[in-house]
Amino acid sequence: MSTQVSLEERFQARIDAEQKIEPKDWMPEAYRKTLIRQISQHAHSEVVGMLPEGNWITRAPSLRRKVALLAKVQDEAGHGLYLYSAAETLGISREELYNELLSGKAKYSSIFNYPTLTWADMGAVGWLVDGAAIMNQVALCKCSYGPYARAMVRVCKEESFHQRQGFEILLTLSKGTPEQRAMCQDAINRWWWPSMMMFGPNDSDSPHSAQSMRWKIKRYSNDTLRQKFVDMAAEQIRVLNMTLPDPDLRWNEERGHYDFGPIDWNEFNEVLKGNGPCNRERLAARRKAWEEGAWVREAAMAHAAKRQQQSVQSH
Amino acid sequence: MRDFLLLLADNTQILGHRLGEWCGHGPELEIDMAMTNLALDLVGQSRNYYQYLAELEGKGRTEDDLAYLRDAREFRNCLLVEQPNGDFARTVARNFLFDSWHFFFLQALCNSNDERLAAIAAKSLKEVTYHLRWSSEWVIRLGDGTEESHRRIQDAFDHLWTYRGELLTPAPFETEAASAGYGVDLHSIKPLTEDKLADILYQATLRRPEDGWMQSGGKTGRHSEHLGYLLAEMQYVQRAYPNSVW
Repeated sequence: MSTQVSLEERFQARIDAEQKIEPKDWMPEAYRKTLIRQISQHAHSEVVGMLPEGNWITRAPSLRRKVALLAKVQDEAGHGLYLYSAAETLGISREELYNELLSGKAKYSSIFNYPTLTWADMGAVGWLVDGAAIMNQVALCKCSYGPYARAMVRVCKEESFHQRQGFEILLTLSKGTPEQRAMCQDAINRWWWPSMMMFGPNDSDSPHSAQSMRWKIKRYSNDTLRQKFVDMAAEQIRVLNMTLPDPDLRWNEERGHYDFGPIDWNEFNEVLKGNGPCNRERLAARRKAWEEGAWVREAAMAHAAKRQQQSVQSH
Repeated sequence: MRDFLLLLADNTQILGHRLGEWCGHGPELEIDMAMTNLALDLVGQSRNYYQYLAELEGKGRTEDDLAYLRDAREFRNCLLVEQPNGDFARTVARNFLFDSWHFFFLQALCNSNDERLAAIAAKSLKEVTYHLRWSSEWVIRLGDGTEESHRRIQDAFDHLWTYRGELLTPAPFETEAASAGYGVDLHSIKPLTEDKLADILYQATLRRPEDGWMQSGGKTGRHSEHLGYLLAEMQYVQRAYPNSVW
């Protein structure tokens, strides 16, 4: 018992001293579990997140946009890979994690349960969804778990590029024809509140937050990051000459921040429970790809085994 | 020159588009990323050809006008590249049949007396060297993998074989291009692609399908029904909102 206490104390002392925890270091089981849950959710979000944007690859309106969108969705697959690898350092396999996603046990970011309806959504997703994701991810670059923090550094570089690209799509539309401007405003209207919800429940209702803050997995509270996001978007929307769909949005001189209206947590909870517009489609698409790919993965393994046997025999 | 450039541009554009359809739906993340790489390379190559053609025309048209505002009958790509993805085996077989031709075609095109074409070919060849390796390896893996994968890849070759002839049969504009020195003599690359094919099929323990009737027509704008749907999707935004900047 006393050894356990001292191990935990030493662990916390290292965290307090801003030292990174590495895979072979001792860590409390709850720390490991929290990280596996969080990193795998993050990985699943990247992989499910390929779908709403992949939806527009074949309809991208110019060759330049098509290439950029292909590259972006490919980056997301890459992020999924880094993150699954980071989770694997905690002693769980990618296949196990993936099965949890396909069985519906593991969660992914609810934002990807919303549909991408027009080309302008590629801009709004880049600007708002990637913008919100970056707020979280920049903070995670300083997370106490080394492999996760390092994966995040790479992810953030690419994400900030995606966000600029998304903004530039909207900027082009905002300077375009009346139809393009309407498309732009409509996409912002639809993606604004779901993006605000990406930061999770208010701090007062966030069950895991306190422990994660102590472990320095989480460095800033949900509400702090959400405020940062609002402050950024409220400024940038003016460059677009568009509006954010919140009548309560206004600068508060005293706080030095923008005030904003209440979030519809009822909608958030329903999407989380599986009742978002695309929950079923997203999971079905992931399952279909996985099941239809089973014979391919088996063939690759069978072939590799044959090759290995041949090389053993020839030696 | 116009039709010859369109052949090169449309082949790479349409095959790149088909590979883009896989993005997010591949059998595993690594394969998904590899297919997206192929798509990126091919669409990139098509842009080089479209841009060159737009410059030569000198009518103020852009790469996008050429890709998005022509109808199916004006497309010059081979029938092979517009064939639907099907299962992964069908995609692999289609890509291998194309790559094992494209690679030697580009090698020859590096000697084009048109400097710009030779430069595009040299740049593309680096990418296509990898494409050919990727599809060859997958043909071997699937052919010499499990019973199921063997059956699927053999079926895929049997199904697609009829589109192979067109790659090696010159349209009149190709013959003209070859004799003017900026194109490629398809007869000269035929033995090279045949050897490659024989080697890979052998390693994959696959049977070479019989050379029966070969479909053709793509190079002169007589396509399969598949191309119309592909273009309807690809061109929709440009067509629905004409004269807009994206």
